[in-house]
Amino acid sequence: MDSSIKETQQEIVDEFSAFDDWMDKYEYLIELGKSLPVMDGQNKQEDKLIKGCQSRVWLDTEFREGRLFFTADSDAIITKGIISLLIRVYNGRTPAEILAADNAFIDEIGLRENLSPTRANGLVSMMDRIRRDAEKYSK
Amino acid sequence: MNASVEKIREQFPYLGRLDGKVMPPVYFDNAATSQKPKSVIDLAGAWLACANANVHRAIYGMAAEATEHYEAGREAVRGFINAASKDEIVFTSGTTASVNLLANIFGARYIGPEDEILVSEGEHHSNLVPWQMLCERSGAGLRFIPVASDGGWDLTAAERILADGKVRIVSVAHISNVLGIVNPVEELTAMAHRHGACVHIDGAQGVVHEPVDVRRIGCDFYSFSGHKLYALTGTGVLYGRKDLLETLPPWMGGGEMVDTVYFDRATYAPVPLRFEAGTPNFIAAATLKPAIEFVTSVRTPQLKAYEEDMTSFLVHELRQISGLRLYGTGGRKAPLVSFTVDGAHHSDIAALLDKMNIAVRSGLMCSEPLISKFGQTGMVRASLAPYNTMEECEYFVKSLRRAVKMLI
Repeated sequence: MDSSIKETQQEIVDEFSAFDDWMDKYEYLIELGKSLPVMDGQNKQEDKLIKGCQSRVWLDTEFREGRLFFTADSDAIITKGIISLLIRVYNGRTPAEILAADNAFIDEIGLRENLSPTRANGLVSMMDRIRRDAEKYSK
Repeated sequence: MNASVEKIREQFPYLGRLDGKVMPPVYFDNAATSQKPKSVIDLAGAWLACANANVHRAIYGMAAEATEHYEAGREAVRGFINAASKDEIVFTSGTTASVNLLANIFGARYIGPEDEILVSEGEHHSNLVPWQMLCERSGAGLRFIPVASDGGWDLTAAERILADGKVRIVSVAHISNVLGIVNPVEELTAMAHRHGACVHIDGAQGVVHEPVDVRRIGCDFYSFSGHKLYALTGTGVLYGRKDLLETLPPWMGGGEMVDTVYFDRATYAPVPLRFEAGTPNFIAAATLKPAIEFVTSVRTPQLKAYEEDMTSFLVHELRQISGLRLYGTGGRKAPLVSFTVDGAHHSDIAALLDKMNIAVRSGLMCSEPLISKFGQTGMVRASLAPYNTMEECEYFVKSLRRAVKMLI
């Protein structure tokens, strides 16, 4: 991995600082969501499903050579856009790196409402599961 | 803007909330909960300050005043739904509590393993899960009135099920919170009674939009929530025909619901207090009176026509959007429209509308079986109240088009 979690988060903050209004930001997020590969249907098993009232999220975690790799998908495109940011930040990190990180950068780019426990889109549960997986493999 | 609607809007402090934006929020989630008029807010504040004493208990003046307000709320509800007696109005914490109470007390007295309960496929979870739980406890069967693709009930199928003679109670929504159709509750009630079944109507949405006369409908029970009807949250009503309520045992035990208490047993208070154990949410229940006064004041032919114009406008305009599917088109509609757009997820639409200062509901709307039946994982719902305007409807349609364009 070239850059740290903090550095990747800063890169994202810099990218988003180019947008003046919410529409540009969301258009970019939708773009990111559309370009994240669709998860293989076979992989969308019940145990990988995080069911929210609003949108569904699937998360698959792999642990190789001390690092965690994530594949994820959602039926909602804005949710998927946020997923693509989270994957960019957390993919290929060690459990210790993941456990030491936070998601303040989402606030900083003005997308806080999307990663809020009040919005039942499955993203908070997805982050919980990423941290739980990190904890599991850190032992 | 329509002058009478302007007058209504002046009564709602939330409409003055700008939060730095150029317009107040377009609140189209009224089926979830309503905003409160100033009369309700002010009286609740005044009573909290000056008439906050536990009801039906003490001798002193303030307790008497609190009890008077609470009982005035009950009388207002009685008049509003034309119940024969105040004793038929049981206060609960909301429709959910009303249905759970009913499923428990009616179930304990009248439901056994050979019996059946009939609901429709269009029920809110609150009018489904309590009956599922009763069936689990009692061994009774749960049957369903099919909902057609246009959202209407299949009454022929209902009659067939009732004709088996096993159904003891029918429990259905007056207006579905997803489909918005005013259901033929009078017809179904008469049919159920012909076959010896009791009828409970979930009026959570119905009481907000339709004049309700429980004696004209002929139902045995009718439930609703105060908070959707402009009263404070945590209030609800279970109406029950007095002679029938009197045959039912209490469910929760505690203070207020008793007559004489011994160490080993108790005798119970008459209805409705028998079903109101513990300290009730008395100030909130008392706000049902100003809330009902507000509702009564806005039920004019002119405002009704304006509301119908808005509903027709929404239905007509939404139909123009490519890929948009409307649900619940087979009957007279409350001002409530649910839809999906092919290729655009309901939560994405709602998230973008939120960015445009519009509050709508999206998701399963506590009606998962119904939404699954329509092959969806969720829908978007816009539901109106008398403080909403045609201008807001126009802005909503324009914003929805913009959201869909961004997503597809």
